[in-house]
Amino acid sequence: MLLLIARRLLGALPNLFGIVVITFLLTRALPGDPAAFFAGPAGTQEAVEQVREKLGLNRTLPEQFWLYVKALGSGDLGQSLSTGQPVREELLTRLPASLELVLASLLFAVSIAIPLGVAAARRPNSWVDHACRLVTTAGVSLPTFFTGLLLAYVLYFLLGWAPSPIGRLDPYLTAPPTITGFYTVDSVLAGEPQLLVASAKQMVLPVLTLGIFVLAPLARMTRASMLAVLSADFVRTARASGLSSGTVLVRYALRNALLPVITTMGMVFSFLLGMSVIVEKVFAWPGVGSFALEALVASDYAPVQGFVLTMAVLYTLLNLTIDLLYVVIDPRVRLGT
Amino acid sequence: MKNDTPVAVLAAAAPANMLPPPARKFWSHARYVLSDNPVTMLAAGLFAVFVLLAIAGPWVAPYEPLATNVGPALSAPSASHWFGTDALGRDILSRVIVATRIDFVIALSAVLASFVTGGLLGACAGYFGGWLDRIVMRGCDMVMSFPLFVLAMGIVAALGNSVANIILATAVVNLPFYIRVARTEVNVRREAGFVEAARLAGNGDARILLVHLVPNAMPPMMVQVSLNMGWAILNAAGLSFIGLGVSPPAAEWGIMVAEGAGYIISGEWWVALFPGAVLMLAVFTFNLLGDGLRDLIDPRRRT
Repeated sequence: MLLLIARRLLGALPNLFGIVVITFLLTRALPGDPAAFFAGPAGTQEAVEQVREKLGLNRTLPEQFWLYVKALGSGDLGQSLSTGQPVREELLTRLPASLELVLASLLFAVSIAIPLGVAAARRPNSWVDHACRLVTTAGVSLPTFFTGLLLAYVLYFLLGWAPSPIGRLDPYLTAPPTITGFYTVDSVLAGEPQLLVASAKQMVLPVLTLGIFVLAPLARMTRASMLAVLSADFVRTARASGLSSGTVLVRYALRNALLPVITTMGMVFSFLLGMSVIVEKVFAWPGVGSFALEALVASDYAPVQGFVLTMAVLYTLLNLTIDLLYVVIDPRVRLGT
Repeated sequence: MKNDTPVAVLAAAAPANMLPPPARKFWSHARYVLSDNPVTMLAAGLFAVFVLLAIAGPWVAPYEPLATNVGPALSAPSASHWFGTDALGRDILSRVIVATRIDFVIALSAVLASFVTGGLLGACAGYFGGWLDRIVMRGCDMVMSFPLFVLAMGIVAALGNSVANIILATAVVNLPFYIRVARTEVNVRREAGFVEAARLAGNGDARILLVHLVPNAMPPMMVQVSLNMGWAILNAAGLSFIGLGVSPPAAEWGIMVAEGAGYIISGEWWVALFPGAVLMLAVFTFNLLGDGLRDLIDPRRRT
């Protein structure tokens, strides 16, 4: 099993290489002269030459690529023009905010989608099934920025249930001491229930927005794969052997039905990471996405590229986790190879 | 439409008058499938309305979409301004109608570009195999290792902020899906009897590929197109919402929602709601149509 995990880890290496190649190409595809861009609008001819020398733009493309990889290896993602900070620092301090949002949304989506899909598959053409179909078709059609605004209008402006949809915490509260960077976890660790409630409240709107979007593919897949499994012979045998319907449903059917659902997780993560940019903008959430957007508006390209790279690496890691999860859940994968 | 099952190949060799005309067969089949699912009919109707608005938008719109102060600024929906007016006193209904064209043009050209390029690349990779196949598939993997929206963002940011680059970025991130479908469809038929026959009859590779293999890959490719259209519109609107692509004075659904975002907190809901709702309806239409088309073409995947 350890060997298998090691093989999966190695298998992710070509992916990482591909990511580096594409981000490199994107860096070199900047409109006009990249050196002029990185030197900034106030850069003199001399400064531009200096940047060109520093970035190695006067060398051949393979040499440039080697320099780029070397810089990445030492964790250098360049400087942000607008803040003057190294991009890596900015990304690292903001990453927990984005991760907290993405993971909470995933948790929310999974906890709704799987029971919904199972219930729909158990009674096809019942009202649950129709509700599930409506949710899955409507869910993928919703523009996240629109749902976000709609939820803010209804839950904040009309009903007043949600707090002001700006940022991670009320401005008059101070953030808990940083341990994990997740405000909810940190406030538990710091023993401040008030902060936990405040930060959780602040997360309701963005998490709902992101969650509703990714709920659809998950519920759809659960329903389809549950339907297939429930009509399989081994489920019939289990029922005929007199096992309780709960045992059949959960232990026999669901465990098998979850495998394709886990496979769709790859797509779900792609959606989550992509849409989190939009959700962060809508709710002024101080994550990596809103950082990249601020930089984009200021034509500050190093942060944008660092952001694209970070997201791609994160995505690869998440997919790797799924692969490993597969090994744990499905004995056939373990024994087959 | 070509078919490769042995029976169909035999049937195709039989005299033509023994078979019902394929066109009529298709339509009766279409009627049969559609009668089972009225929702698809509804979607087709909505689609027709959208296409009409995309073509005739500027003439249908009651006001000039860019003209400011055609009514009092930020006035709620009323008889003279059905969707209300925005902060500059522009008529939102007119802007929503006129925006149909640009959103459809972006989505259609992006999908068309990835359909043609991806189809050809995938077909060649599946037919010739070898190093070409390996390079193409490796390229696919590279694109797929990014969250798609983030890659689209990166491409537009790197190439410059224009509508053409939005189309290009949307096309690139969708390319792998088309390549994979085309490659699989061509690959499974590469050694089929009808291909061997065509080869023995002296057809060259290009002709076999384009005349005998690609048409067979069309049905699943078409399903991919219709399922992809909704996503392409969402992607384009999302990019312009975050400030990429179409620039502000122009009417586009994503930008209009972005412009209305600030007013939703203070209660002027109509500025963002109507463009957002119409965008949602457009995506919904495409998704329903895609499901309908899939039922029509590929009965096995019917749910």
